[in-house]
Amino acid sequence: MRKFLEIMKRDIRLSWRHGGDGLISLAFFIIAASLFPLGIGPEVKILSKVSIGVIWIVTLLSILLSLDKLFYSDHEDGSLELMLTSPISTESLVAAKCLANWIVSCLPIILLSPLMASMLYLHTSEIVILMITLFIATPLLVMIGAVGSSLTIGTRLRSVLTAILVLPLYTPVLIFGTSAVEATVTGMTPNSHIIILFALLLGMGPLLIIISAMILRNLKNE
Amino acid sequence: MLKKIINAQSFLELTKPTLRWFALATIFFITVGLYLSLVKSPADYQQSEAVRIMYVHVPSAWMSLFIYACIAGSSAIALIWKNPVAFIFAKASSPIGALFTLITLVTGSLWGKPMWGTWWVWDARLTSVLLLFFIYIAHISLLNAFDNPKRGERPSAILALVGIINLPIIKWSVDWWNTLHQPASVTRLDTPAIHYEMLIPLLVMSLSFMLYYITIVIIRMHNEIVVRKINSLRIS
Repeated sequence: MRKFLEIMKRDIRLSWRHGGDGLISLAFFIIAASLFPLGIGPEVKILSKVSIGVIWIVTLLSILLSLDKLFYSDHEDGSLELMLTSPISTESLVAAKCLANWIVSCLPIILLSPLMASMLYLHTSEIVILMITLFIATPLLVMIGAVGSSLTIGTRLRSVLTAILVLPLYTPVLIFGTSAVEATVTGMTPNSHIIILFALLLGMGPLLIIISAMILRNLKNE
Repeated sequence: MLKKIINAQSFLELTKPTLRWFALATIFFITVGLYLSLVKSPADYQQSEAVRIMYVHVPSAWMSLFIYACIAGSSAIALIWKNPVAFIFAKASSPIGALFTLITLVTGSLWGKPMWGTWWVWDARLTSVLLLFFIYIAHISLLNAFDNPKRGERPSAILALVGIINLPIIKWSVDWWNTLHQPASVTRLDTPAIHYEMLIPLLVMSLSFMLYYITIVIIRMHNEIVVRKINSLRIS
């Protein structure tokens, strides 16, 4: 547990010393989301209809951008190999890195999503559901991303490749996340979708961490 | 037998004489199948001649799922027993599967325009097949992304295993959700909901597609084995 926290603290500290990497994904989130009213047009009716999807997709993309820091930079300067040979188990290493990445890049987005959502004319009750679903789904998205980015360590064009691998796997989360908020808009209860999201998080999360750890261990053997 | 397939060299020797027969059988069955489906089989009472798209669409959809299952199975074998031929098989199959998925999507789209009045709908079946296509693309690009192609083997095998979640979703998407796409009419527990005059051409076409897959996958595997031999000669 102490090692877990150490690695987490190290990753968070590193990202702050690099000038707040998390703030960069937050900036991306805000800028990309504000492009949509410019592209689609400022009508309240249309915007409030598409805003759920816009916020979700922009969140997916900013998580995708933040994945670069998860393993690549550590792999490049060799510290990933040191961590793999250290006594900490690879699974908890992956979990710690995912958690740190979530705190640095996803938490600011979740906290700021009400602002963007209300700028895109979502109602308060929907914004609450949006925040809840984002809160449940983003850890899952980071863990799926961990599998994708550990698969692409050492490849050419790895960022694009990670996007190709990870985005199709993001679709179930996107579908259940958006339909939870959509259900609130139409006046139905979003509970079932939220429960499915939570089940996905609990069921797939550990599995994804194990898979990602398996890939990283394989990297060490080569 | 199993030991022999495991070794790349004996795989070459074992499959080389069969290749010609598979190729001939493919040509024979594709000719018969096209004749049966395009000339012999009756036009549908509702869809008239447009129903003939089915004889390409349905077999290629089956093949796209079957090939993915094969890739996932051989990836599991390759990961567990570190079997090089299983890796080569997965690598050789993936573009063929992607091609069949593309054919499924294109013919389905062509079929949808006269029948549903639209090229594309975002329903569960169509979207999940599109996702299958994306996963194929991801598998192929991951295989080719490493400077040392052998390093791509294990990551792409793991990806193939992760992507298998999509297969049951595709298979049962028409039962789980209300879709525009019709539910399964051949693979039912009771008698198929399709007349045998249409079923027989369909099955012949499926057989010919399967033979085509076997032929091409053997050719591609031979190429891959030869390429590897050349590379290892260069290194030494």
